[in-house]
Amino acid sequence: MLTMIGKRLMFAIPSLIGVVVVTFLLTRALPGDPAAYFAGPAATKEAVEQIRKKLGFDKPLIEQFFRYTSDLARGDLGTSLTTGQPVAAEIRNRLPASAELTLLGLFISIAIALPLGVLAATRPGSWIDHLCRITTTAGVSLPVFFTGLVLVYVFYFLLGWSPAPLGRLDVFYSAPPTVTGFYLVDTLMARDFEAFRSALSQLILPAATLAIFSLAPIARMTRASMLSVLASDFVRTARASGLKPSTVIVTYAFRNAMLPVITTLSMVFSFLLGANVLVEKVFAWPGIGSYAVEALISSDFAPVQGFVLTMAVMYVLLNLAIDILYGVIDPRVRLEG
Amino acid sequence: MKRRDFLKSASGLAAGALASAAPAIWSPAKADARSETLLIVSEGGPNNLDIHGVGTNVPGYEVCWNCYDRLISHEMKAGPGGVPYYDRDKFKGELAEDMNIGDMSVTFKLKKNAKFHDGAPVTAKDVKWSLDRAVSVGGFPTFQMAAGSLTKTEQFVIVDDSTVRIDFLKKDRLTVPDLAVIVPSVFNSELLKKNASEKDPWGLEYAKQQTAGSGAYKVTKWTAGTEVVMERNDAWVGGPVPKVRRVIWRMVPQAGNRRALLERGDADISYELPNKDFQEMKAESKLNVVSIPYSNGMQYIGMNVTKPPFDNLKVRQAVAYALPYQKIMDAVMFSLANPLFGAPADKPTDVVWPQPHKYNTDMDKAKALMAQAAPGGIETTLSFDLNFAQVNEPLCVLVQESLAQIGIKATINKVPGANWRTEFTKKEMPLFTNVFSGWLDYPEYFFFWAYHGQNSIFNTMSYKSPEMDRFIDGARVAAASGDQAAYDTDVKGFIDLAFADIPRIPLYQPFVNVAMQKNVSGYQYWFHRRLDYRSLVKG
Repeated sequence: MLTMIGKRLMFAIPSLIGVVVVTFLLTRALPGDPAAYFAGPAATKEAVEQIRKKLGFDKPLIEQFFRYTSDLARGDLGTSLTTGQPVAAEIRNRLPASAELTLLGLFISIAIALPLGVLAATRPGSWIDHLCRITTTAGVSLPVFFTGLVLVYVFYFLLGWSPAPLGRLDVFYSAPPTVTGFYLVDTLMARDFEAFRSALSQLILPAATLAIFSLAPIARMTRASMLSVLASDFVRTARASGLKPSTVIVTYAFRNAMLPVITTLSMVFSFLLGANVLVEKVFAWPGIGSYAVEALISSDFAPVQGFVLTMAVMYVLLNLAIDILYGVIDPRVRLEG
Repeated sequence: MKRRDFLKSASGLAAGALASAAPAIWSPAKADARSETLLIVSEGGPNNLDIHGVGTNVPGYEVCWNCYDRLISHEMKAGPGGVPYYDRDKFKGELAEDMNIGDMSVTFKLKKNAKFHDGAPVTAKDVKWSLDRAVSVGGFPTFQMAAGSLTKTEQFVIVDDSTVRIDFLKKDRLTVPDLAVIVPSVFNSELLKKNASEKDPWGLEYAKQQTAGSGAYKVTKWTAGTEVVMERNDAWVGGPVPKVRRVIWRMVPQAGNRRALLERGDADISYELPNKDFQEMKAESKLNVVSIPYSNGMQYIGMNVTKPPFDNLKVRQAVAYALPYQKIMDAVMFSLANPLFGAPADKPTDVVWPQPHKYNTDMDKAKALMAQAAPGGIETTLSFDLNFAQVNEPLCVLVQESLAQIGIKATINKVPGANWRTEFTKKEMPLFTNVFSGWLDYPEYFFFWAYHGQNSIFNTMSYKSPEMDRFIDGARVAAASGDQAAYDTDVKGFIDLAFADIPRIPLYQPFVNVAMQKNVSGYQYWFHRRLDYRSLVKG
């Protein structure tokens, strides 16, 4: 097992190097001159040159690259020009915000999509199958920012049930001492139940928005894979042997149908983590996606590079975790392969 | 019943009893904190708390204005609609208790009890160090200082512990006003020197993250891109102690949500909303909406006069007659702007800037001019800055439509914000729209940057005319020596010439719009157009 993990990590190194090189080159190829941007509205040509020198952009590309990689080796991802903060620290602060939101969204989504998919597969053509089809189609075809805005409009503006969409906590609560970076966990650890409720109520709408969007792939995949498993020989045998329908579906069919669902889940998770920019914008969520987009708009190289690198590392780790999970769910899957 | 009122009436109840009703605030202590706190929501936040920093953005200026003091500031007068408006010509001491203008120098006496946030007294050497810093760090601050002929560290002289003298390089009417802008803020020199390094002798890295001033507020928490929390400095001597104890400034990127927060009564102040929202909020009058024209500013259509087709005066005039001025006012600005077009033909030129020009939409005249200048039609590109797409995009579409009618086929070129500055410096865009405004509200200041043959970055049209330079230089000299008659002649001269040669076509003077709750008062308009928390009152 350990050798397998080691081997897999070894394989990841070349792709990480590739990511470092490509992001470096891509960010340099972006249109726009960061020196001119940061010199401000009133800059003369000389002022722009001064700033270019300060930022080190006057050096040849290869020298810039070596400086970047040697900083990287020391764990220094550089400093963002737009926010003025070290990139590593910002990613550390913002990643948990995105992860907490994405995980909760995914959790809600799974809680709805799995039963829905299973039920739809066991009764194809019934009303529940149609319900599944309609919900998933609607969920995936509504753009996330639209769903988000509608939810804010209804639950905050009209009904007043939800708190103001002002980020992770109500303005008048202070953040709990950082342990995990997940406010739900940290507030409980600090035994600050008011803050916990505040954090939870802030989370519900954005998490629901993400859940609505990610319902479709999970429910559809569950349904499809359940259908094929239910049609297979061993299920027919189990049924013929007179096993209870619930045992057949849960113990035999569902476990076998899980593999493609897990794969989809991992893809949905990593996709959501990077792509929930719009949700973060709508709910003023201090997440990693909006950070990266903002940096991109202002030609701010360091955060873009840091973001891509973090995402690459997360993908590698996620894939590893999924592979391990495969072996747990289905012993037939040999990890060495 | 609104949640806010409910909380007030129920604030005596125990926290537990409230829990079921209000999702956001449960304990009475928090409701009290709310009444002493001002919650501001806006799109962008600061990237640096130090105006001398590299690339400090405009929201950063707001923090500086409120957390640092200058030697002097402006008095207030009644502005448009009775809103307090800074008085360009009247100064008052902020850190200085006395200002004495001599022939070639000005002397300031510092307030004796002025202290920095860490308790250190504000002395003459702090003032000198700060002004030295402003003229030495390069970039925007140095540039702004130079606009008032403040360029050399030798100009700032310590007379004694509480007296500073500033020597003039030459007579310049803008020197004293330039000491009241945000850049010459006074920094805690001992604190910054302690945190400086050989590579960073002015302590820019330290001041970027925390405030080191003597101002009315100090930053207690700053999460870049998320929020800034500022607490009142009760020991402030720059003016009457502010009423608001704490300011929380949250970044809410969605304009729709900012409006919802205001209308629900959760946020106290917001700006940077679409004009349409402001217009609707004004009509509903549930909130106070203040609209004040930008001082010394305008949105305009610029044309590069060094290259065909716009090197031809007739083409420029044709464009000036073809622009859909009124449509832009109605459909893009929702009337939240002052028109700068269509003055009556017999109206004499005033000594004010900006003022309307005499062009108006007249397609027949435009077509006739085009028939003479370019009968075959013209193809060009019309560029705008995507950062301000909300206004620029519909504006450019309207302009494109109108120009097509006179045979100018303009392709719209959307330039990303990061790229706009670069394009600007290159001065290659043939046709573009932009906003320009000057902190110092003097016509010759605007013209010096925007029309003078020195060809600064703001002379986006690359316009050069010896006659124009003569008027502008003449007005500057006349202003410095106080020769009002010569000044008036020169100002009228350059305005007339700018309208006759029409390298840039003024469209309108935009408004600064600020929406606030009815219980928030004390808004003041400043040249920097950002909020001054020191005068705001809640409740």
